[in-house]
Amino acid sequence: MNAFSSLLKRDLRLAFRQGSDSVMVIVFFIVVVVLFPLSIGPEQKILARISAGVIWVAALLAAMLSMDRLFAADYEDGSLDLLVISPHPTEILVLAKVLAHWLTTGLPLIIVSPLLGVFLYLQADGFWVMIMSLLLGTPILSLIGAIGAALTLGARRSGVLISLLILPLFIPVLIFGVSAVDAALMGLPTRPQLLILGAFLLFATALSPWASAAALRQAVE
Amino acid sequence: MHRLANPTRFLRLCNMVKPWAMAITLLCLATGLYFSLFKSPPDYQQSDTVRIMYVHVPAAWMAMFCYSAMALSSAAALIWGHLVAQLIAKATAPIGASFTFLALITGSLWGKPMWGTWWVWDARLTSVLILFFLYLGFIVLHDAFDDTSRGARAASILAVVGAVNVPIIKFSVDWWNTLHQPASVVKLDGPAIHSSMLVPLLLMACGYTGFYLWMLIVRMRAEFNSNKIRAIRIRQANR
Amino acid sequence: MSFTGNAITCIRSDRVVFQRLSFSVKDGEILYLKGPNGCGKSSLLRIMAGLLRPTEGVLYWNEENISKSVDSFLGDFQYIGHQNAVKGALSVNENLKIWAEIYNLNKNNMSIDDALQAFKLDRLANLPARFLSAGQKRRLNLSRLSATDSRLWLLDEPSTSLDDAGSLCLKELINSHLERGNMVIMATHESSLVNGKTLNLADFVFNE
Repeated sequence: MNAFSSLLKRDLRLAFRQGSDSVMVIVFFIVVVVLFPLSIGPEQKILARISAGVIWVAALLAAMLSMDRLFAADYEDGSLDLLVISPHPTEILVLAKVLAHWLTTGLPLIIVSPLLGVFLYLQADGFWVMIMSLLLGTPILSLIGAIGAALTLGARRSGVLISLLILPLFIPVLIFGVSAVDAALMGLPTRPQLLILGAFLLFATALSPWASAAALRQAVE
Repeated sequence: MHRLANPTRFLRLCNMVKPWAMAITLLCLATGLYFSLFKSPPDYQQSDTVRIMYVHVPAAWMAMFCYSAMALSSAAALIWGHLVAQLIAKATAPIGASFTFLALITGSLWGKPMWGTWWVWDARLTSVLILFFLYLGFIVLHDAFDDTSRGARAASILAVVGAVNVPIIKFSVDWWNTLHQPASVVKLDGPAIHSSMLVPLLLMACGYTGFYLWMLIVRMRAEFNSNKIRAIRIRQANR
Repeated sequence: MSFTGNAITCIRSDRVVFQRLSFSVKDGEILYLKGPNGCGKSSLLRIMAGLLRPTEGVLYWNEENISKSVDSFLGDFQYIGHQNAVKGALSVNENLKIWAEIYNLNKNNMSIDDALQAFKLDRLANLPARFLSAGQKRRLNLSRLSATDSRLWLLDEPSTSLDDAGSLCLKELINSHLERGNMVIMATHESSLVNGKTLNLADFVFNE
């Protein structure tokens, strides 16, 4: 547990000192969302109808953007070798890095998402559910993304490659995240969708560290 | 099974199986096409368009079958490190992707007369489309590394992760579909299919499977040969 | 304590790097790995550290097969590779501290400050590591050795980009490590820092 918190603290410290990554992700998130009214037109009705979907897709793309740096810096400077052969399970260290990634990219996305809801005329009923669904969904993005990031270490054009590998796997999260918000807007219960998202989160927490650690071990060979 | 991990033994088996695979493919496809195009009855609603089914449905089956074969041999390659298993996964991927593509194209051709559009966001078609993306990811990741053995191992892990996710994706897409499109799509296959349609369908499926085996053997031999060529080149470089 | 390898063969991208190589190190011993470029010194060290799986052969730590009981081996060794694993945004102190924490801080004798002092980095402790020169980064990486108490050191060309003073520090560190009854395995192309056994990898190159 000690190593977990040490690594988490190190990654957070690096993120705060280098800073630009989190800011870039948020700005990207906002810009993508702003493109929709500009391309579709400012009609309130249409924008309100697509708002949940647009915010979710933009969050997905923004999370993707920062994903390929998750292990790359450690891979390039040799830190990854030392992490893999440390006395702690690589799976635990992967979880620490994923948590740090979520705290520095996923959480800021959730914080600015209400602002984007206002931009897109999302109805008041949808806000809390959208935040809840993002709260459950964005950690899954970080977890699954970690697998892609580990698999593409040292590959040519890893940035594009990782999107191709991981975006299809995000589809279930997208479907249930958006449908939770839609259900809230129609006055239907949102519990089932949120529970399923929670189940996905537990499943990803079990699967991702194992697969990422396996990928990291073969990446350092 | 471990006995087959030996490449020479495996190649010998390939040589034995190949003529049979060819024969099954040609025989089944010929009779299957004859039955499906001339002998089977036209559908009372769709008339002759239903015949696309005999090309489409087996292709969709093969798309799933090839993905399972790819994921299983990838898992075997990861666990036991067998070169043969790794090459089976690698050789299966483009064949499976082609079957998936065929299923998509024929599905779209079938959709035009049935639904009036080339593409419908039907749960089945959407799942197959996502499956196609999964295949593409595997193929691209395999070739993304300068060191080919790294690409093979990375792609194997991806295939296993993808296989775990396929049921979840299928479930999500079904949910999404029922939410947005309440059962407007005609259900075609089901247990209540008449034998005059089932026989050609099964014959075609047999032919497709034989074709898969045949192509797999051809590709495997090509893989073994290119490995040999690489070994010779490396030896030259070291001289 | 002993660290041995039996009949190790290494194949990298279809090339046989070395084959049927055996070695053995006991308490208080140092083993030098020598040989021309491309003979697999780094690969052998990565195999020893468990980063690379040997194609054939078995490694033993205290007579126990490492591939079967890896937990007793992990944490008992330190590996210094070509890269320094130094983060420019963290200070010198923080850089060393993170590895000392992940590799279980040496509780009995040396603190972080002492470890830095061994390589004369103590006055730079609060400086962000991006201001360090290549040689200073290497010293920072090497100071990990004394900040953790591992029995075995696996060093891949440790004196790269070190000046004479740095090499001397390293030599003293290795000597005191050996005097405490520990082990060192070191790849080097220079003349030996300390007297010890030599393994020439050129003897195990694959011949057709």
